Amino acid sequence: MHQRVAFGVMVALLVLAPFFVYPVFLMKALCFALFACAFNLLIGYVGLLSFGHAVFLGGAGYGSAHAAKVWGFPPEAAILFGTLVAAALGVVIGILTIRSRGIYFANITLAFAQMIYFFSVQAKFTGGEDGIQSVPRGVFLGVLDLRRPLTMYFVVLAIFLLGFLIVYRAIHSPFGQVLKAIRENEPRATSLGYRAEHYKLIVFALSATLSGLAGATKAIVFQLASLTDVHWTMSGEVVLMTLLGGLGTVFGPVVGAFIMIGLENYLATLGAWVTIVQGAIFVVCVLIFRRGVVGELGRLLRRPL
Amino acid sequence: MGQLLIGLINGAFYAMLSLGLAVIFGLLNIINFAHGAQYMLGAFVAYFALQWIGLGYWWSLLLAPIVVGLFGVLLERAMLKRLYHLDHLYGLLLTFGVALIVQGVFRHEYGSSGLPYGIPPQLSGGYNLGFMFLPTYRAWVIVFSLAVCLATWYVIERTRLGSYLRAATENPALVQAFGINVPRMITLTYGFGVALAALAGVLAAPIYQVNPLMGADLIIVVFAVVVIGGLGSIMGSIVTGFALGVVEGFTKFFYPEASNTVIFVIMAVVLLFRPSGLFGRAT
Repeated sequence: MHQRVAFGVMVALLVLAPFFVYPVFLMKALCFALFACAFNLLIGYVGLLSFGHAVFLGGAGYGSAHAAKVWGFPPEAAILFGTLVAAALGVVIGILTIRSRGIYFANITLAFAQMIYFFSVQAKFTGGEDGIQSVPRGVFLGVLDLRRPLTMYFVVLAIFLLGFLIVYRAIHSPFGQVLKAIRENEPRATSLGYRAEHYKLIVFALSATLSGLAGATKAIVFQLASLTDVHWTMSGEVVLMTLLGGLGTVFGPVVGAFIMIGLENYLATLGAWVTIVQGAIFVVCVLIFRRGVVGELGRLLRRPL
Repeated sequence: MGQLLIGLINGAFYAMLSLGLAVIFGLLNIINFAHGAQYMLGAFVAYFALQWIGLGYWWSLLLAPIVVGLFGVLLERAMLKRLYHLDHLYGLLLTFGVALIVQGVFRHEYGSSGLPYGIPPQLSGGYNLGFMFLPTYRAWVIVFSLAVCLATWYVIERTRLGSYLRAATENPALVQAFGINVPRMITLTYGFGVALAALAGVLAAPIYQVNPLMGADLIIVVFAVVVIGGLGSIMGSIVTGFALGVVEGFTKFFYPEASNTVIFVIMAVVLLFRPSGLFGRAT
């Protein structure tokens, strides 16, 4: 019940926000919020820390940018294509990595991500250092002209809410219960007859797909797909957003993403300071603030948010 | 042959860094994400020693591991120690944050371009072997790092101190019950692993220049090396370090497009057939 209230508040805020805040900033934050929610599905509910999630964000970005610019796909088809690229990557990388645990898993996903990064630097269609620039936004579903900022914003909001609700549904379903059981005690979940690896693979692919949805949308919004989105620093950033907002909370990743994007906006002129501040937030969160903003809030209200 | 040499040089750095990671992981169960930053710190200590107090390469070889090792000891005492009762992932996240801070501070001060560091006069020049030219400094790096790696292996696998260390890896509580100060051993082990990274940094300074980001991308390759070799195996990380450096060197010669990715491809193949690495034990 209280989560529905919180959801209502969030939707109301997001609907009103573009009339007060610069829409491009909001759209960026929403894309990252969806990315962080997808990432949280893995770390918060299965306890798997993927340190290579940028691959799905960036890979889908390249997919949708390429489809929209070179093949002339309409935006909805381009986003769908980008998402499918991420899903395919998720299945392949998932199959290779899912047998490993804990730190090994983090390490291995990171290494795969770096491999895809080097591939993106060299491949022809990604445009190397330049990326894919001036991607057309086009007309969504043939009626909504995305060149108008507010229209674009509400389409992004709808995509974000769709992704958010999918994550919400997954967490609160019997499937989500099994995931939590695996997180708490994998051998026991296995002995109860659940195929832990299948569940983990499915949720990994789902997380990759939703990260891809975020990345594909982001490429259309910013009309750009670049190496930044595939680089491992981006993987670190999503970890930070989720950690700051609250691991394993429903709304934490959204809050974390908005804080981090706001902070980056604010610090953008200071160059290397962004990295220093990010590092400091990491250290503080890990040492004394492990529940994150929403986790602490939920504890104060005595209700999981 | 030239490619073999470059490969061996890279392999020497992979071996030293993955050895440090393996030693730390063995006892602390932490992937030290700050390893790349500590490698960079080693190179910077050498640079500062030369610029500020005029201490040359040979002193730096001794000084940098001690200074950076102390930094590691402080880090372990002040921060890492508080995380041992938690999921090991928090240790990884903490060291990642530390790496970001350290690299950020140095990038803020010194930009992203490299600072030059000269080859010591005793090691400049080279030998003409007839079929190739061998710069003395590169030969020195290979020989010296091999010696350091083997010495580390000897201490851990063949001495009494090493046997305490290995026992504490297996069962810290039991070792502590025998009257060995395990927390101090953990601190010193972390310091030692960090010192190895700093030593590698000093060795690298004359070859790659001193750069705030010199460790940032290297460390991810080293992670892949560690995964291939199997975490926690000392000899495994030395052998895979050198071997993968050579493989990478040859790939650069025969198929340069793949030279950046070859290690990761090998990692994927190894994972399919031996998920715990070539030399690792099943977990």
